[in-house]
Amino acid sequence: MPMPDTDTSSPKYLRDKYAIVGVGETTYTRGSGVTTRALGTWAVRNAIEDAGLKASDVDGMLSYQSGDSTFSTFIAGDLGLRLNFYMDVFGGGSSTEALVGMAMGLIEAGMCRTVAIFRAMNGFSQVRIGGTGARAAAPIMGDALHGRTYGWQSAGQMFAPTFMRHMHDYGTKPEQVAHVKHFHSCHASNNPKAFYKKRYSVDEVLNSRIICKPLHLLDCCVETDNGTAIIVTSAERARNLRQHPVLIRGVVGRCSKPRTDMHYQTGPISTVAGHYAKDILWPNSGVGPEDIDLTGSYDAFTFTTMLQLEDYGFCKKGEGGDYVSNGTIKLGGKRPNNTSGGHLCEGYTHGVNMVVENVRQLRHDVDDYCPIGPDGKRQHTYDYREGGCRQVKNAELSANLGWANPGTGSAMVMRRG
Amino acid sequence: MAIQATYLDMPLAIDDLDVENLAYFKHCAAHDFRLQRCTKCNLLRYPPTTACPWCMNPKSDWVPVEAKGAVHSYTEVHHAIQPAFKAHTPYLVLLVDLDTQKGKPTKDEALRVMGNLTTPDGKLAPADMVRKVGIGTRMRMVFADAGPGIAIPHWTIDEAAQQPAKPWRYPQE
Repeated sequence: MPMPDTDTSSPKYLRDKYAIVGVGETTYTRGSGVTTRALGTWAVRNAIEDAGLKASDVDGMLSYQSGDSTFSTFIAGDLGLRLNFYMDVFGGGSSTEALVGMAMGLIEAGMCRTVAIFRAMNGFSQVRIGGTGARAAAPIMGDALHGRTYGWQSAGQMFAPTFMRHMHDYGTKPEQVAHVKHFHSCHASNNPKAFYKKRYSVDEVLNSRIICKPLHLLDCCVETDNGTAIIVTSAERARNLRQHPVLIRGVVGRCSKPRTDMHYQTGPISTVAGHYAKDILWPNSGVGPEDIDLTGSYDAFTFTTMLQLEDYGFCKKGEGGDYVSNGTIKLGGKRPNNTSGGHLCEGYTHGVNMVVENVRQLRHDVDDYCPIGPDGKRQHTYDYREGGCRQVKNAELSANLGWANPGTGSAMVMRRG
Repeated sequence: MAIQATYLDMPLAIDDLDVENLAYFKHCAAHDFRLQRCTKCNLLRYPPTTACPWCMNPKSDWVPVEAKGAVHSYTEVHHAIQPAFKAHTPYLVLLVDLDTQKGKPTKDEALRVMGNLTTPDGKLAPADMVRKVGIGTRMRMVFADAGPGIAIPHWTIDEAAQQPAKPWRYPQE
């Protein structure tokens, strides 16, 4: 699509001035058999190689974790990087896009030139992301006295009142939301890396056991072990690197509802942080939801995908159930979501893999089952049947919508350079 | 004074520095539901915090609040994460809008107080009671004693109140 004129000289907007030039990951698995330090080291190394950079080209590093991972100092040391800036922050699913925004600011401020962002986690074999094990047994203190004491601890339990209230307020049906898993599982069946490649029907989702209402087992994401990384640098530098540049149009980072962690005190609780974040994302990006070719709406649960697409304006408020079930979000539909299978199927990485996927989509080079041509490039067939293609035809603009909880989210628009 | 207690086999701890939670649970121990009221804007708040979320005033008084309201939303847990709850599934986690201060300071705000659905004596509700409660059900607070200086506030069906004909429940039982 033709892009609107962009004034990159304006200090207010950094549209298209920075790019994601490398992406890297380890195998999405249960039982990595290695430390988070090793996972992070492999992921960052793979991303640097993907970009065609050398260790000495990367001088910034950012990471996020929830007391379950390693730090930038170890990864940089292991790979022989000398850093001019690094920081490891606490957080989960609203971090990827927020840290990309921080990387842009760091480079803009002249503090470093090229930033590696990583998340490394043994979310199945060490600190389980679902909260079982050590986290469930820890003493209850502080704010948790008003939550964990009531058996209100896991992400699913904490988010469920928001999901239920959405069904109450708007008549959203379980079978509508179950389509998210159905479509994402179809996408995953064309992703050789996906942990779960099986296609699930809507009925299979609805017939899986209830975890906590309204969530069935198959409404919930998978717990996996993995390292994931992305490399951010200037668009100018990006033009001389190995991959087709993917430019960053705009970012909103960790935007919150009133009362943040106590967001349920304000309302409507069926509205999530995207309601506020959209007013930063779209003006910063200079585009609107109608311009977007594919989305990466965080699927910790089927409901999180729906709520965010709705509050960022991809459909009217309250019509998310229809939007996610009418075919729009499937490969071949108007605006596919999570073409890798996302957290529901590919693997759980607290958001990085959804950015990785959209970067590859905008390069027109997703790693599916299409044949490799004589020039070494994948020849996409756009046949989305099981075991086939998952490249979105002519993908130019993507939106990633990261989710921490109903009260906090981050988002980013990227475009093919 | 710091509090250490065991509730449903779960260790609870409030140290001396956590003065807001010490005060909140001390009142609960006397089965007396109190919240902080801002000395400047007079709004009540929950859960306990250091400053007023509407005017930043750090000063507050603990005042008695009528502990009645209606279920705003809930979840019904069938797969417990915490070992202590495994014997009690399905259990309800309730988000209850207090009648006091409902719709203030803005129309979508309320004092939304968490709790489990319990019997009138504060024990986690049996399955047949769980099936009766949904969005709109009228509730009253009860307390489960957890040790010296601490009791856990919970919700039970307010038998004296007029109940909605059919509270909203998740469509799939």
